[in-house]
Amino acid sequence: MEHLLDIDGVSKRFVKQTTLGERIARALGAGGAPEIVRAVTDVSLTVSRGEVVGLVGESGCGKSTLGRMVAGIYTPSNGRIRFEGAPVAVSRGRRVEKLTTRVQMIHQDPFASLNPRVRVADTVAEGPVAHKLVSQKDADAYVADMLERVGFDAASRRRFPHQFSGGQRQRIAIARALAMKPDLLVLDEPVASLDVSIQAQVLNLFQDLRRDLDLTAIFVSHDLGVVRHVSDRVAIMYLGRIVETAPTRTLYAAPAHPYTKALFESVPKIGAGRGVFRPIAGEIPSPLAPPQGCHFHPRCPSAGPRCGREAPVLKSIGPGQSAACHLHDGGVA
Amino acid sequence: MTAAAAPSRRARLADVWYDYRQSPVAVIALAIVVILLVAASLAPLISPQNPYDQATLDLFDARLEPGSVGGGGYVHLLGTDGMGRDLFSAILYGLRVSFTVGVAAGAVALALGATVGLVAAYYGGRIEALIMRTIDLQLSMPAILLALVLVAVLGQGMIQLIVALVAAQYAYFARTTHGAASAERRKDYIEAALSTPLPARRVLFKHLLPNALPPLIVVATVQVASAISLEATLSFLGLGLPMTQPSLGSLISNGFQYLLSGRYWISIYPGLVLMVLVVSINLVGDQVRHVLNPRRGR
Repeated sequence: MEHLLDIDGVSKRFVKQTTLGERIARALGAGGAPEIVRAVTDVSLTVSRGEVVGLVGESGCGKSTLGRMVAGIYTPSNGRIRFEGAPVAVSRGRRVEKLTTRVQMIHQDPFASLNPRVRVADTVAEGPVAHKLVSQKDADAYVADMLERVGFDAASRRRFPHQFSGGQRQRIAIARALAMKPDLLVLDEPVASLDVSIQAQVLNLFQDLRRDLDLTAIFVSHDLGVVRHVSDRVAIMYLGRIVETAPTRTLYAAPAHPYTKALFESVPKIGAGRGVFRPIAGEIPSPLAPPQGCHFHPRCPSAGPRCGREAPVLKSIGPGQSAACHLHDGGVA
Repeated sequence: MTAAAAPSRRARLADVWYDYRQSPVAVIALAIVVILLVAASLAPLISPQNPYDQATLDLFDARLEPGSVGGGGYVHLLGTDGMGRDLFSAILYGLRVSFTVGVAAGAVALALGATVGLVAAYYGGRIEALIMRTIDLQLSMPAILLALVLVAVLGQGMIQLIVALVAAQYAYFARTTHGAASAERRKDYIEAALSTPLPARRVLFKHLLPNALPPLIVVATVQVASAISLEATLSFLGLGLPMTQPSLGSLISNGFQYLLSGRYWISIYPGLVLMVLVVSINLVGDQVRHVLNPRRGR
């Protein structure tokens, strides 16, 4: 199978910006070590053409950071992200320069991701026109076509973002991304800030577009139900690492990693009565100081002595299914 | 799923005006600024004498009291100065100079300062540190001192004066723009524009600048007032414009020597006009800030 996207051993660290005073203090031997957030640690993942991969985890697990690296907003601290064999973005000093227009992103909050002072038509048109995907002359018709795809009529083109609801704005953001003729879409919690009734509408639109345009996508979400609905394959992240990846059907039928199981059990189910769902014990540790060994072991019901010493690697445990757990590596944790 | 009816640009302006007129003082201040502006631009039509034209000046009319009739056969409403200039005319022409210098210096300082501030906020890192520390350094010096030195070096003249005022004032615009743009820089729509990717110039001027503009309008109003009083100060000190182009500052300076000899009007009237103008512009700027502040809590 042809890989459209290769994520190979990618890590991302954020170093807290130091003030001049702190730098002087450190030069004089005081002040301690700089604070480093390890958002993503040694993640490898491939996405094939035409596939939708769901990226699931609790907030703060690094899934959005990984999505932003794929979309070329950040560059990895270590490892490589290759889109059709070439990097998506490079660092130039502090700035990141994106090298391709064929990976586009849709942000979580449609109230923040659209410039409030730019009309809808200009929002959609400026990217394709700047990159000469369409001539200035044909831009109007092109924009009308894009907006029609996401369900707007011609009258909406002259309006400003504040004249639209959250779901409508998210559809405009989708039109803006589609107008760049992307091969890969990164959707960062695209429905998390929308009402449930509007969520379905946006998800159905995504499904329709996927069928019509043969889209490849990374769908970042914390919502297991949403991910099940849209993804072919799911990767579960915990504290910067991928702990399990499997085809959607397999994962929902037989989750292998203790974290995945715990995640499923913590979802409230209709009809299960009160108090049946079990939250995962403990708090998610700080990515400033992740635990030694397996990141999940302090909260894991099946943790053994090995888990605190040695980080498990992703191992194939079935057709298309991999998990990073010592339980699947000889059976003893 | 129908969007709310589009509030037109006109309707939004009407809202702004509604908010603005909630303060009667600000409305009066705006009226004064408009009246002075109209009077200054119509100066050749409404003033009885052209104070630039040496031929119309008569030394026999020098230092006439307000209300007296001179050799020209008309009433000198505000009296005349030491060279026989009709003060009312001189003030109108002086207002022209003050407005021209103030608005020109304010506009150029706005353009320059906004660009510098935007670049600092957009690029970040060392460029930002270098620019902003330079600005801080400059802001630690009094603007009048910098303008004084520059005018002394560059010499007299309208252009030189504007250059000096711009150099003294662009820093305020740069700092305000930098603050507003840094806040906008972190928002998702800038990230979306960068990840499209759009060219830097477009992100800067199409996305960042328009959203950083409201606080700049307020600073611009205040800085025009400040440019006018700076110009007056420089002219008063004899470093501004030559006496053949009387600005409000040089008129005040011109009458200063007569102040203690009972001929108060030569200094007092231009001074009053200057004060009223600067205070009015500041009051207008204050109210505009009030109106544009989204958290004004009504």
